[in-house]
Amino acid sequence: MAKRLKDKKMRTRNHEVVLNRSVGGDLGINIFLVIMGLFMFLPMLYTVLQSLKPLDELFYYPPRFFVRNPTLKNFTDLLRLMGTSWVPFSRYIFNTIFITACGVAGQLVFASIAAYALSKVKFPGRGFFFKLIRYSLMFSSTVTSITSFIIISSLGWMDTYLAIIIPAWGTTLGLYLMKQFMESNITDEMLESARIDGATELRIFWAIAMPMVKPAWLTLIIMSFQGLWQSGSSIYIHSEQLKTFSYAISQILATSIARSGAAAASGVIMMIVPIFVFVISQSNIIETMGTSGMKD
Amino acid sequence: MSEKAVKRPVARKDMTKLQWTLKEMRRNYIGYIFIAPFMFIFFLFTVIPVALSLVVSLTNFNMMEWPDFIFMDNYIRLFLDDDLFITALKNTIIFAVITGPTSYFLSLFTAWFINELPPKIRAIITLIFYAPSISGGALMIWQVLFANDSYGWANGWLLKLGIIDTPILWFYDVKYIMPLCIIVSLWTSLGTSFLAFIAGLQGINRSLFEAGAMDGIKNRWQELWFITLPSMKDQLMFGAVMAITGAFGYGGIVTALCGFPSTDYAAYTISHHLDDYGGSRYEIGYASAISFVLFMMMMGSNLLIQKLLKKVGQ
Repeated sequence: MAKRLKDKKMRTRNHEVVLNRSVGGDLGINIFLVIMGLFMFLPMLYTVLQSLKPLDELFYYPPRFFVRNPTLKNFTDLLRLMGTSWVPFSRYIFNTIFITACGVAGQLVFASIAAYALSKVKFPGRGFFFKLIRYSLMFSSTVTSITSFIIISSLGWMDTYLAIIIPAWGTTLGLYLMKQFMESNITDEMLESARIDGATELRIFWAIAMPMVKPAWLTLIIMSFQGLWQSGSSIYIHSEQLKTFSYAISQILATSIARSGAAAASGVIMMIVPIFVFVISQSNIIETMGTSGMKD
Repeated sequence: MSEKAVKRPVARKDMTKLQWTLKEMRRNYIGYIFIAPFMFIFFLFTVIPVALSLVVSLTNFNMMEWPDFIFMDNYIRLFLDDDLFITALKNTIIFAVITGPTSYFLSLFTAWFINELPPKIRAIITLIFYAPSISGGALMIWQVLFANDSYGWANGWLLKLGIIDTPILWFYDVKYIMPLCIIVSLWTSLGTSFLAFIAGLQGINRSLFEAGAMDGIKNRWQELWFITLPSMKDQLMFGAVMAITGAFGYGGIVTALCGFPSTDYAAYTISHHLDDYGGSRYEIGYASAISFVLFMMMMGSNLLIQKLLKKVGQ
């Protein structure tokens, strides 16, 4: 608010638009934002509305956007559909929670201690290692999927949780963001005085560095969580009882309109968790992204 | 600083470079211990697979028999004797060329437009634009909107208004597959780079704009080019990497919407070709060649764009 008032003041004081904001431009920008906002938001809203529609409303012609008599029947149907699969529904939920929890925990521990070393311990070769991390952001895991498959199968990890959890620990985006954040938010002086007092590096990392980079590790947790929470079918997992919630839910596809209510309900369940997590942590994520820049 | 001098009686200039490095390595050995667990996993599942895919791509490995080196044969077969790969290559490039830059500029301009709004409103708009990229589950709504029968949103209204008389098979009609997949991809594409741009813009010192206005910046576009973008160059680089890497990786969305393979391979991409040869046929050598081509495309365009971005504001 204060910023806006200041803009206005500057405009009137000098009898010219000091900050170069034309009314036409403002109007154009707002129109753009509204159109884009609708494009982004309406499908999300429609997912929610569709999930609340009773069967007869799914068959309206022409289709209606809003729901007349909202019902939770699609959600109970979904539970019933899932109850008919021979692996108990709770098992899929357990699998997802287990994979997500182990994956996130390992990634947090390994990536943050490595980020600390790369940004604050002056060992020879750290530049080389960080360069590798930076380059790794330039290609997606699709590239490594074939040869990772060979490695994982030769390790004997096929059809185990390990095949999903361990590779997730080596995800580089979280480490990259954390290293950049530590670099600009922790000064060497603070660490140096602790070193002089005789604290071990592990203790400095844990007691001094980590509390100072809370936004960065929250961001790391959230990014790692988002990836793992949605991990669905995997080429590594064959046993039905090891498959995830996301996989189970994707089996109920929107193949017919009658099922589209249940499918929308499953969409709502899958998206509500990551969105909720983002809402409560948004300011921390944006703060972390402030140092995400790539320098040469 | 004096403590350090006591600890290190021999000055740096009296040592060879190797001696100095070894000494520093000993002094900071803890750094290697700290990065070791992460680097072990990173090497095992990222660095080694990339190197391995180059080696394996020169063989006819199929997971059953002992492989022979066939050198460039896989690559020759890819480019000269595999029409489907050329289709996949073409579609991947079309996808990347359209969705990469579009999502990048969409992220950048949206972030720029909302930058001066009050924080609460900015947070809400950020959520609305970012949400589709993290809600994989909501992808199915596009199948409802563009369903094959008249109960789908698009068909229902087009029929009602008399524009068409039979429902269009949206995700199965060669004419509509690519455009629709591109639209849905864009819908999910305001992700990490978007957040990085928002943060980058927030971090710019406002007094720069005021100084710029005094120095004769005439409109907001000049301000963007001469002040805003140069001040957030590092974020622009990071955002580009995220956008490019994402743009070449599409495949999952197409499979989710159109099934596999899409009608007449209309939206068949390199990652589909990779899944087909690697995941179904176990022609690992050939699949590795495909993944190495994809790797080179991603790295090449990333490094090229990094070079271009260095020119921003100059």
